[in-house]
Amino acid sequence: MRKIAIYGKGGIGKSTTTQNTVAGLAELGKNVMVVGCDPKADSTRLLLGGLAQKTVLDTLRDEGEDIDLDDVLKKGFGNTSCVESGGPEPGVGCAGRGIITSINLLEQLGAYDDDKQLDYVFYDVLGDVVCGGFAMPIRDGKAQEVYIVCSGEMMAMYAANNICKSIAKFGKVGDVRLGGLICNSRKVDNEANMIEEFAKQLGTQMIHFVPRDNMVQHAEINRKTVIDHAPAHPQADEYRALAKKINDNTMHVIPNPLSIEKLEKLLIDFGIMN
Amino acid sequence: MGDKKKVDLTTFKDAVLDKYPKKVGKKRAKAIINNDPDNMPVIQANIRTIPGIITQRGCTYAGCKGVVLGPTRDIVNITHGPIGCGFYSWLTRRNQTKTESDQDANFIPYCFSTDMQDSNIVFGGEEKLKQAIREARELFNPKAIAIFSTCPVGLIGDDVHRVARQMKEEFNNEVNIFGFSCEGYRGVSQSAGHHIANNQLYKNLIGNDDNVTPKSKFRVNLLGEYNIGGDAFEIERIFEKCGVELVSTFSGNSTVSSFEQAHTADLTLVMCHRSINYVAEMLETSFGIPWFKVSFIGAQASAKAMRKVAAYFNDPELTERIEKVIAEELKIVEAARQVALPKTNGKTAMLFVGGSRAHHYQDLFEELGVTTLSAGYEFGHRDDYEGRRVIPTIQIDADSRNIEEITVTKDEARFKERMTPDVLKKMEDALGKDEVEYNDYNGLMAQIGKGALVIDDLSHYEMEKLIELYHPDIFCAGIKEKYAVQKMGIPLKQLHNYDSGGPYAGFQGAMNFYNDIAMMVSTSIFKEIKAPWEREEVVEASYVY
Repeated sequence: MRKIAIYGKGGIGKSTTTQNTVAGLAELGKNVMVVGCDPKADSTRLLLGGLAQKTVLDTLRDEGEDIDLDDVLKKGFGNTSCVESGGPEPGVGCAGRGIITSINLLEQLGAYDDDKQLDYVFYDVLGDVVCGGFAMPIRDGKAQEVYIVCSGEMMAMYAANNICKSIAKFGKVGDVRLGGLICNSRKVDNEANMIEEFAKQLGTQMIHFVPRDNMVQHAEINRKTVIDHAPAHPQADEYRALAKKINDNTMHVIPNPLSIEKLEKLLIDFGIMN
Repeated sequence: MGDKKKVDLTTFKDAVLDKYPKKVGKKRAKAIINNDPDNMPVIQANIRTIPGIITQRGCTYAGCKGVVLGPTRDIVNITHGPIGCGFYSWLTRRNQTKTESDQDANFIPYCFSTDMQDSNIVFGGEEKLKQAIREARELFNPKAIAIFSTCPVGLIGDDVHRVARQMKEEFNNEVNIFGFSCEGYRGVSQSAGHHIANNQLYKNLIGNDDNVTPKSKFRVNLLGEYNIGGDAFEIERIFEKCGVELVSTFSGNSTVSSFEQAHTADLTLVMCHRSINYVAEMLETSFGIPWFKVSFIGAQASAKAMRKVAAYFNDPELTERIEKVIAEELKIVEAARQVALPKTNGKTAMLFVGGSRAHHYQDLFEELGVTTLSAGYEFGHRDDYEGRRVIPTIQIDADSRNIEEITVTKDEARFKERMTPDVLKKMEDALGKDEVEYNDYNGLMAQIGKGALVIDDLSHYEMEKLIELYHPDIFCAGIKEKYAVQKMGIPLKQLHNYDSGGPYAGFQGAMNFYNDIAMMVSTSIFKEIKAPWEREEVVEASYVY
């Protein structure tokens, strides 16, 4: 079983990319579980065809400790297993602690046991690694491979660099490694080249460049992944390609985060100079 | 006086700093001082303890809930947090209380906590807190409910002040409810908690009740007395005997209504300067009640304190009555002192406790002929060492800025000018200029002898080194130090909770102290610290194959 965490700046398209990629892996016949680690609980919406899921933390709150895995795990597109960790409403409590509680509970309930015969677990994590709770998936061997979704926009790269810092930190004491950057295009000038160079400097790869296409939006409105909604569309093939690349990926590194000066130079070299 | 031990206290600093890493040593060097009362040195105090050092200090929550508000009997004190903070601050300070009748509320034996669980951390604990407050009202119908924040409450952002306001409204203002942002990490020691407690006492309790029927012409507040081991009972006895009305004590043996009437007194006496000087100042700014530093620890100190009261009110009848009480009490005390003196005279002591006690108890030891070789506070500030005159030179750092500063203004309707240059002049004539301590505190270093070691925030390592080098006859500290010191063969007197003893305040208290210390320094039990097999030569054998 490969345990994969997807990080990236808020709003960059982590959940969309994750679910589309998972759909691609499901098509390849892989048995995949998705754990949404976002209090908004929208990481499995496209796989389940809507927000049809009671979150782990809500269930825990309503039912007490006496929970079955079936209470929180729903089957989605391509027989994928979907779990939402959930969390407090904005501005209340501690969402980070919620993720820790939720992942611990899933382990206790045997969600990852061998008899489930999972090929992949995906953790779709909210935004940046803001505190200890959000680093949970990359600590203690919960996830071994991290993919960072980014674009050629400065803040997205800045966030990606920060995430690399925490991978570097936990990678030294654990087995978490960076698998690569996924560039979710924002149609920034020279985007692919810049991210490729950024990846190179981090010591990793740009595993795939996902072009911007309105079909993603269409599929989202229909509460589906592109592969589900428009299997023949070229964008569906992009996600299939990404799924295949992740499936075949053997490049797992501890990244070297860039200094701010280096990061800004990169932006100037690729962004303004052209 | 018998033979004083000759010890060279100047070598300690170098001996102890030698072992520290360079940076740590540099920092600690400023907190270890050989005193010189004539040319008072600067000491470093109230700054963060260096991580890794075993400190005596406690947390901000402990200072707020445990020390200042804990001794009040009719407030339901709810600890908002996981159960540990509430449980371990439950009845551990030996602050006693006595209700006037068995119908009166006394919540001190109870431990109230919201007992936060994992899901309260994740989803926020405000609802659970509200529920706890409703339960407290239903079960106990208290006059006041106080909410104390523990560390996680601050981390997850529960707003205890908003909850307090909401619940007050829910109960139509029939219960006084207020919160304290006293999360444990808020300051460098419990001192921050005292300040936070003082602010809320002023904002929520003091001045709430004007309807008082004076029992005496002479009405005083006593601040910074926490009734450990019954100290307040003895002080109350002295006041009563002298015909002085104790309007409020902050907070030994206190009630909500006594706090609410504190502004009607004419004089404030401050014992523990560190924990409550803020309220003393607020009472003066707002209501014009002057405050004086006193101590009731030691028979002579108690007499001095009462004479200060007499000089302030300047009433011949009162002065005569106080002098009569002092003469009567001192006669009995002196007899007890003479019994203890042969056992204690010429001995040496070290005191590392509190933010006043390490100073106050030197008086009691002096009465026993015991020299204080070394002393220091856990959570004192520079003014507690060097005197309040240094306050303008104390640098405000980020840690102090973490504590709310409230603006106190003159209460135009209730302000009454009491202190005039004339009153002060008469007091200075009667007591001596330096002895008055009006709005002032001379500090520990003004009293402890020349050359004595003054050490702030003593570390465990430094404590061991002190004992190793100077072998004091008695060491005074708290429970965290007690057994380590005793294992080194030195008796330890806890001055936080008095072990199982006390009261030690006032005249009766002094006699208790003489007796307890005489016993402790003359017992031979500490010579038996080494087990027989550690003392005797052991015949060793080895196998031969």
